[in-house]
Amino acid sequence: MEMTFTAEDRAFAEDVRSFIESTMPPHIKAKADIGGSFNHAETMEWHRLVYQRGWAAPDWPVEYGGAGWNVTQRYLYSEEQVRANAPGLSPFGLGMVGPLIIQFGTDDQKARYLPPILAGDEVWCQGYSEPNAGSDLASLQLRADKDGDDYILNGQKTWTSAAQYADWIFLLCRTESRGKKQHGITFLLVDLKNTPGITIKPFLTLGGTPAFSDTFFDDARVPQANRVGPEGGGWTIAKALLGHERTGIGGVGRSGAWLRRLKRIASESPRGESTLLRDPTMRRRIARLEMRHRALTMMNYRALSAAQLGRAPGPESSTLKLLGSELQQQITELAMDALGHDAQGWLETPEGTLEPHQRNIASEFCYLRAATIYGGSNEIQRNIIAKNILALPGT
Amino acid sequence: MNFDLSKEQKMIVDSVAAFVKEASGVERFRRTRTSDLGWERDAWRAMGDYGWLGIVAAERYGGIGGSFVDLALILEQLAHGLTPEPLIPSLVLAGGLIERLGNEEQKQELLPPMIEGRTSLALAYAERQSRFDLDDCRTRATVTRSGGYSIDGEKTWVQNGHAANTVVVAARTSGSQTARDGVSLFLVPGDIHGLERTPLTGMDGHRAAFLRFSGVQLPGSALLGTLGEAVPALEWAIDRAAAAACAEGQGLLDEMFRRTVDYLKEREQFGAKIGSFQALQHRAADMFAELELCRGAMILAAIKADSEEPEERMAEVSAAKLQLTDGGWFIQENAIQLHGGVGVTDEQDVGLYFKRLRVLQSLFGDADHHVERFQGLARFERGLAAG
Repeated sequence: MEMTFTAEDRAFAEDVRSFIESTMPPHIKAKADIGGSFNHAETMEWHRLVYQRGWAAPDWPVEYGGAGWNVTQRYLYSEEQVRANAPGLSPFGLGMVGPLIIQFGTDDQKARYLPPILAGDEVWCQGYSEPNAGSDLASLQLRADKDGDDYILNGQKTWTSAAQYADWIFLLCRTESRGKKQHGITFLLVDLKNTPGITIKPFLTLGGTPAFSDTFFDDARVPQANRVGPEGGGWTIAKALLGHERTGIGGVGRSGAWLRRLKRIASESPRGESTLLRDPTMRRRIARLEMRHRALTMMNYRALSAAQLGRAPGPESSTLKLLGSELQQQITELAMDALGHDAQGWLETPEGTLEPHQRNIASEFCYLRAATIYGGSNEIQRNIIAKNILALPGT
Repeated sequence: MNFDLSKEQKMIVDSVAAFVKEASGVERFRRTRTSDLGWERDAWRAMGDYGWLGIVAAERYGGIGGSFVDLALILEQLAHGLTPEPLIPSLVLAGGLIERLGNEEQKQELLPPMIEGRTSLALAYAERQSRFDLDDCRTRATVTRSGGYSIDGEKTWVQNGHAANTVVVAARTSGSQTARDGVSLFLVPGDIHGLERTPLTGMDGHRAAFLRFSGVQLPGSALLGTLGEAVPALEWAIDRAAAAACAEGQGLLDEMFRRTVDYLKEREQFGAKIGSFQALQHRAADMFAELELCRGAMILAAIKADSEEPEERMAEVSAAKLQLTDGGWFIQENAIQLHGGVGVTDEQDVGLYFKRLRVLQSLFGDADHHVERFQGLARFERGLAAG
């Protein structure tokens, strides 16, 4: 067990840093420097630049476009991305459906879907939750009836992140309503842009941005060839995918960026003759969160290291999700405190009354109430830990 | 970078775990806690024979020259059985300072017998008024006409101070009570004339001593390291002791948590195993999460305990000690709570782990001390100026 870096490692980190510095377009860099959040177009622009360097999905197997890095390189790469406040790439293709197609897809599916995911030419979203299937995901009701070589979809998905920008959706649907509810679920890939009968209605969250949509299916026809895994085998795939999702939404890297942003706000807020960053109480509150973040970072890298050894994210990803989402909330809660009166500010507050990089803090603070809910609520994560890790008895 | 144990490290873990299982379980601790010594010379000697007492010492003193992580693994495993022998005072505090600062003669005289398990050591630094400030030192050493030193003052809660063959003593040779410069270290035989040792038994059953120095006469050769420059070395040693406390604490927490989960699977109320109740399942899940966080922080602190860059070492040690104190507390208070009434009896082992943890949380800096130190590091504000 050691954490030393060889001259080769340091050269690698230097390589990543200079790539980021030399490649990041000025308008993205301007936002990165103030710790701003990136819109869809900016994220995809950065995705394509990273892709051209061959680093869009470093963790994928090399044959599908992965970078073939060891644990140290992965660590250094993510450290440099976080340090530069680079836009985080959309996880739905690269981190979720991509690895799943690699694991469960046919050769045809791999050839069709993986290259455009990697290149950022096709954007994905996730269709899991329904109005009556939240924590109890297996009770989902989106119907898929067989008709010739197709399925006909009828029903509704909700909480579909960024569906208005997506070209494709991966979803869970019901192909059998008898028997155990988990057994009648099938995993499908659906072309959102070219399938008649699909309606997407974005809605506002507490954060004031249309981060999610309701997605309606009305006799939407999808080829059976778009099924991943066997009919009725969707639940197994869904569970594998939730592991990938939870590791990502621990948000350890994002929390690191938020901590720096928090200190920046404190350093810009006058407090008597000095600034809020000199205020002893505020400093200690920030320090406590940063110290906890360090422990979480180490946990994250140990999980990465395990993944590198070929072990898929297992129930331990629930622990990361649980701790990481709570820490994200605590940091934004403290950022609100740091703003004082300016905590009232909102997305459109005019320049001159609120710094541009402070306008979205209240919005993010509100939006991140979702962090302990999405990806399986933290109560569900505790159930998973109790059952799958601690083997506590059922009721 | 690699977070897996090496083959050698796995062997260390296995051999210490076997020792705890066969020869150093809680029953032994229940015996030693009421004995005068508080630990056992035979067990200490056995640890010397296994090579554990020299794990971080250089080979020319009979050591193995391993990393601090190796030592952390040993401490973690020994904690499963509440092993009471004075590894932290002997190896990490006094032993560490002697090897870092001593001249060849001092090292050859003091290190090999300790590494073989024939002697034990202690570090006397804390005073009744000093709290965790290492530069707050009232004990004075004055130069005598013969070129030696005369020591007067008091040191409190000296871990293993009741038994140590040699005590490393911090004493002020110049400057005011809280000046960073002017503190020196001295090698003091435990049985020297003018040193009164009052044995103390801690809440955890471990032994310490209150030391009173009344004109203790030392030769010039008793000085350890450079005159007046002891504080940075003390900071280094106390940091490593804090990292060691986190390693020992990890073993205690692991054991407490395992026993608690076992109890949830056994105990029945309302006609069901209490572990089937969701309120208790969620508590256990939260305890597990904090335990994993403790482990991450502890490993990072153990790795960085060897760092020669002080800020790097301080940041990780403070983060780990905070987590042991905050996250660890959540685990230990709930371990008692979930055991119910029996958790509050002396007969139930879980309370013994609880008490040792509480002591480790106060030793080498509590949560507030480490938060205070962390926010004062230069790295806390690095990168902000550039935006």
